[in-house]
Amino acid sequence: MDFLRDTWYLFGRLVQSSIRMPIFLIISVVQPALWVVLFGQLFRSVATIPGFENDSYIQFLAPGIAIMTSLFSSSYSGMSLLGDIDRGVLDRMLATPASRAALMVSRLLYSAAQVILQATIILGVAVLLGARAKGGLLGLLVVLLAAALLSVALSAFSNALGLLTRRQELILAISNFTLLPMIFSSSMLMSQHLMPGWLGVVARFNPINWAVSSARSGFEGQVGSPTLVSLLLLAAFAGVLTLFATRAFRRYLKSL
Amino acid sequence: MNAIQVTDLKKTYAGGIEALRGISFEVAQGEVFALLGPNGAGKSTTMRILTTLSTPTGGEARVAGLDVTREGAKVRLRIGYVAQNPGVDQFATGRENLMLQGRLFRLPPDRLAARCDELLRLFGLEDAANRTAQTYSGGMKRRLDVAMGLIHQPEVLFLDEPTTGLDPESRSRMWSEIRRLAQGGLTILLTTHYLEEADQLARRLAIVDHGQIVAEGTPEQLKKKLAGDRVALELARPEQAEGASAALQSVEGVESVVIDAGLLYARVRHGARAIPTLVAALESAGFEVAEVATRRPSLDDVYLAATGHAYHADGDDKPARA
Repeated sequence: MDFLRDTWYLFGRLVQSSIRMPIFLIISVVQPALWVVLFGQLFRSVATIPGFENDSYIQFLAPGIAIMTSLFSSSYSGMSLLGDIDRGVLDRMLATPASRAALMVSRLLYSAAQVILQATIILGVAVLLGARAKGGLLGLLVVLLAAALLSVALSAFSNALGLLTRRQELILAISNFTLLPMIFSSSMLMSQHLMPGWLGVVARFNPINWAVSSARSGFEGQVGSPTLVSLLLLAAFAGVLTLFATRAFRRYLKSL
Repeated sequence: MNAIQVTDLKKTYAGGIEALRGISFEVAQGEVFALLGPNGAGKSTTMRILTTLSTPTGGEARVAGLDVTREGAKVRLRIGYVAQNPGVDQFATGRENLMLQGRLFRLPPDRLAARCDELLRLFGLEDAANRTAQTYSGGMKRRLDVAMGLIHQPEVLFLDEPTTGLDPESRSRMWSEIRRLAQGGLTILLTTHYLEEADQLARRLAIVDHGQIVAEGTPEQLKKKLAGDRVALELARPEQAEGASAALQSVEGVESVVIDAGLLYARVRHGARAIPTLVAALESAGFEVAEVATRRPSLDDVYLAATGHAYHADGDDKPARA
């Protein structure tokens, strides 16, 4: 099982190097907490809009912010790959017997681990601010699973972009260009009941919304078959993008 | 069996750039072989193909008896590769870099720890072993890089410009490391754009220019081929070089004349004795000589004779013309 071993070691390297950057660690821990507090305050009165599904906006917001974090951390994944390419680290690894797939998969796993950590902090802060994890431990696991799956998908996308364009600027530009509209056509910040009808339809085909709605059903203790469907769709989405990233990687190797 | 066997290797990149136009050479087991040439000559491309990082568009290459395109995975187990661009992970310590490298080569954990200690000691990195590589000097990073290439005791070591960018002290230290490895019987293929380096380290070398090998042999053989000395003449009016070249060629004892960058290089049997004759011949033909110098043949001259232009390590970094 060389693939699993190599994935584990390469994953370990990524974790180790982020631990070596205390500022990075602090920011990635403080920032999500800041989101919860800031958005919670900014949109507090949203909960008073007639037809809004929750009494407390923070209750509504917590799972959404957990998903939002996975968007931001994961879209940087391709930049670190480009860094490894520029510094010759990738070349050196390619000249070893290391599994090619492990070189890619370890990065996706690292993104997922990072997001799980951040989402846990977000949920913790939200609970401190008065939100209640009505779905219990299982519900929380559903939130983390949704965040992790979305993170795998988006970091695969980011890595593929990096390999195809070889430009950091383009990774950021394309990620923002695609992700921001997806955020605002999801129920991350606003209840789906309050969306205009057409946007509600768009949301149904939006992977970010799959993640948000399954996370929210977990947090609210309303896990059911819609949750399962969303998670399965999300897993398929992650699978397709992982395939895309491996294709891009193979293409990159051929171009050398 | 040769450690490296390269036959008519070709590489054309997307976009039509011909990096290699049919390169052949072989390296015997335990031999140090250098590919010498300016940037863009095709040295690194050759390295990348032999280390399985790049696929050739034609020809064949075998390393340790294995075909690099068809048996890449097996080749990778038996070679060490130290790229031009040091692949050291800046944010990991020297020891961590070595450990990861060893794990990717699937060394058993108990042997790996001992091997890391051994290499850290061998390359004088013991004191820096637990510092992150970003605190290392250029020379230390290079040494760590080479140590990483040796972690699994490879049969063939590939060193792509091992001393480029190093200060003179680090360079001479790297040279002695390479000599020590060679004495231990390791087969080494190195590329360099320093003539002196190839002369010092390699038992045999090939001069690569525009994707082709233009001369090959031991440094002595190559120099001996150029019996006699080289006289360099600078004209007061360099634009007259063509005419002056014709005048020189008709002088008795002149074997060949090459013009490069406005300078005339004449090959003669005995430089010091030929100078007055050459200068007189030019002056009587109406060419004013501004400066003249002679020297014993060096690899510079081998390069000049083989390629028709003087050696400028960085002066010709364009890829081979398509």
